[in-house]
Amino acid sequence: MSQDDRITMAHGGGGRASRQLIEEEIARRVGGTALRGLPDAATLVAPSGGLVFSTDSFVVQPLEFPGGNIGHLAVHGTVNDVAVAGGRPLWLSLGLILEEGLPLAVLRRVLDAVAGAARACDVEIVTGDTKVVPRGQCDGMYVNTAGVGAALPTLALDPRSVTVGDRVLVSGSLGDHGMAVMCAREGFELANAPRSDTGPVHRLVAAAAAFGHGVRFMRDPTRGGLAAVLDETVEGLAVGVRLEEAHLPRSGPARAVAELLGVDLLHVACEGRVVAFCAPEVAPEVLRAWRALPEGHGAVDIGAVVAEPGRVTLATLAGGRRVVDVPVGELLPRIC
Amino acid sequence: MRYVDGFRLPGAAKALTQELARLGDALGPRRVKLMEVCGSHTMAIARYGLKDLLPANVRLVSGPGCPVCVTDPGYVDAALALAERGAALATFGDMLRVPGSRGSLADARAAGADVRVFYSPVQALEWAEAEPDQAWVVLAVGFETTAAPLAALALEIRRRGLGNVTLLTATKTVPPALDALVADPALAIDGFLCPAHVSAIIGARAYLPYAEEHGRACVVAGFEPLDVLYGVKGLLEQLVAGVARVDNQYERVVRWEGNPAAQRAIARVFVPVDAPWRGLGVVPASGLALGPGLADLDASVRFERPVTAGRVNPACRCGDVLKGVIEPAECRLFGAPCVPERPLGPCMVSSEGSCAAAWRYSGRGAR
Ligand code: SF4
Repeated sequence: MSQDDRITMAHGGGGRASRQLIEEEIARRVGGTALRGLPDAATLVAPSGGLVFSTDSFVVQPLEFPGGNIGHLAVHGTVNDVAVAGGRPLWLSLGLILEEGLPLAVLRRVLDAVAGAARACDVEIVTGDTKVVPRGQCDGMYVNTAGVGAALPTLALDPRSVTVGDRVLVSGSLGDHGMAVMCAREGFELANAPRSDTGPVHRLVAAAAAFGHGVRFMRDPTRGGLAAVLDETVEGLAVGVRLEEAHLPRSGPARAVAELLGVDLLHVACEGRVVAFCAPEVAPEVLRAWRALPEGHGAVDIGAVVAEPGRVTLATLAGGRRVVDVPVGELLPRIC
Repeated sequence: MRYVDGFRLPGAAKALTQELARLGDALGPRRVKLMEVCGSHTMAIARYGLKDLLPANVRLVSGPGCPVCVTDPGYVDAALALAERGAALATFGDMLRVPGSRGSLADARAAGADVRVFYSPVQALEWAEAEPDQAWVVLAVGFETTAAPLAALALEIRRRGLGNVTLLTATKTVPPALDALVADPALAIDGFLCPAHVSAIIGARAYLPYAEEHGRACVVAGFEPLDVLYGVKGLLEQLVAGVARVDNQYERVVRWEGNPAAQRAIARVFVPVDAPWRGLGVVPASGLALGPGLADLDASVRFERPVTAGRVNPACRCGDVLKGVIEPAECRLFGAPCVPERPLGPCMVSSEGSCAAAWRYSGRGAR
């Protein structure tokens, strides 16, 4: 197939074109080494000590944005979901829904991203499926991944174990992914555009696992951003969170765009960050371990667990305090 | 964005807060009520928790400063009617959740209406040129700040000879609303924190009548958190000294006479009309409609669908909340059925609106 080829309905028809697409383009790029190819089902040997299982679908627009593409997201998203649930990610499935007319060059870049990200995360893509839908029935391509991991024995993550005095840590700057995608989608041409933070957090989780029960709970702040994750965590609990605005990590470009659009970065998605609630005695150690990793060099302590049931507040730079709420619906640019 | 940081230095805020406390003491037993009328001020106040930093005898109420929130439900109804007739709607994003009598633009979009969000109204022209067979209606909502680019947009539609774009106007001007507020005896406002962007167009001198004829302290302030605190300080200084004048603290952007070129563009394209404000009722000469030479660009004329008064829940007390006469929780719709996901009044529409803020602070809104 040549460089300017596009996906056609024949690629989904089950005939020669289908086989060619799967063998030459997909399996060759992402098929696991041990399994050669990408079978309909994989037979695997379960690790002892329990499994963590997760699935996620990816429908980002545009498919490619500064810092990554939908392929990176599809691997990192599921790897991270398995990781923050206390798992060491092992295997992924890859489901592709391709729109008729999708340039093959785009598909190749996405598949290369999937392969590269999987390699970097030490996970194997063991089974997969590809469908083609007529033009207009999907937006370029959709990707689904499911992931299986081995439960890390030392972790017992549970929001109910979060206690007054615990520290809240985040592994890096907030909202870069959401702002990068928004800029790419709207065609904002900025000299210093934000870049997606898409990346894996499983090594951060593994590093934290060394501190056992001192690590109470972890989440990755994706949709709804840090605000949504914190609000959901303390919902219904006897405790709340008090954040310090002065300590919130925010990159210059994401911040500039957020100011411009009147969006609160606390509401904006990250795709390569993790938030951890830690006992005060282990928090500095976790931070040190995180900062020793490239994906955690921007890790900081952003606040404390306090005795305010179910509430998340922010001590602002100006010295005031406000409630941090979850965004209602989609993020919308403001008129004023 | 270094300049943003420069205006948010915690040390400076602390010093200003102490200064405000001193002025609060100097007022003695007197309690004062200040009003800001600017969406950007409301936003900074909410985002930085600035109300916490004011002396106990100083109350800062958020007036009708957000053009989207005060848009009448009848306007949304008219927009939805045009969408039903096949028009594609081009709008600022924050209009999406504003409730009409029967639902919002977001509801209509979910049901299949073509509603597209722009960052700048000129984007609508690109869309209209790309789809010349489609009728496009630009939802022209905003105060003076937006009226100027909308005026330019109308002239540009004319210049390019685009026959498939019209404007549905609910553009408004701020001074008539202030006139209505000072005339209201229930509303004893001691001073106005005058808007940032709007003043760049109309000029600081637009507030002279409120100081000179009505004896209200007026300060034009920027919208960085320190600007707002500094503005409140300016108002309290006038009140302590017993004077009322217009101070322009935002000289880096606002001139005394405003922006004459923008004023001329607005006057060339629009004419003043009486307009309904959600929460305030009809305010004389507070709206901007397309002038006689441009009436064919008016969507309500083109589609023969005039904007008529919409249905508001009569129990909504937004008017009283906007004026600081009652606290949001005193409205019996507060929390049930009126919540940020399904707002009934403007104060619940904007996330910085008084009712939305009160809902969050009640601890129930954090869900
Ligand atoms: S709670 Fe809702 S109905 Fe009541 S005044 Fe506020 S916005 Fe209006």
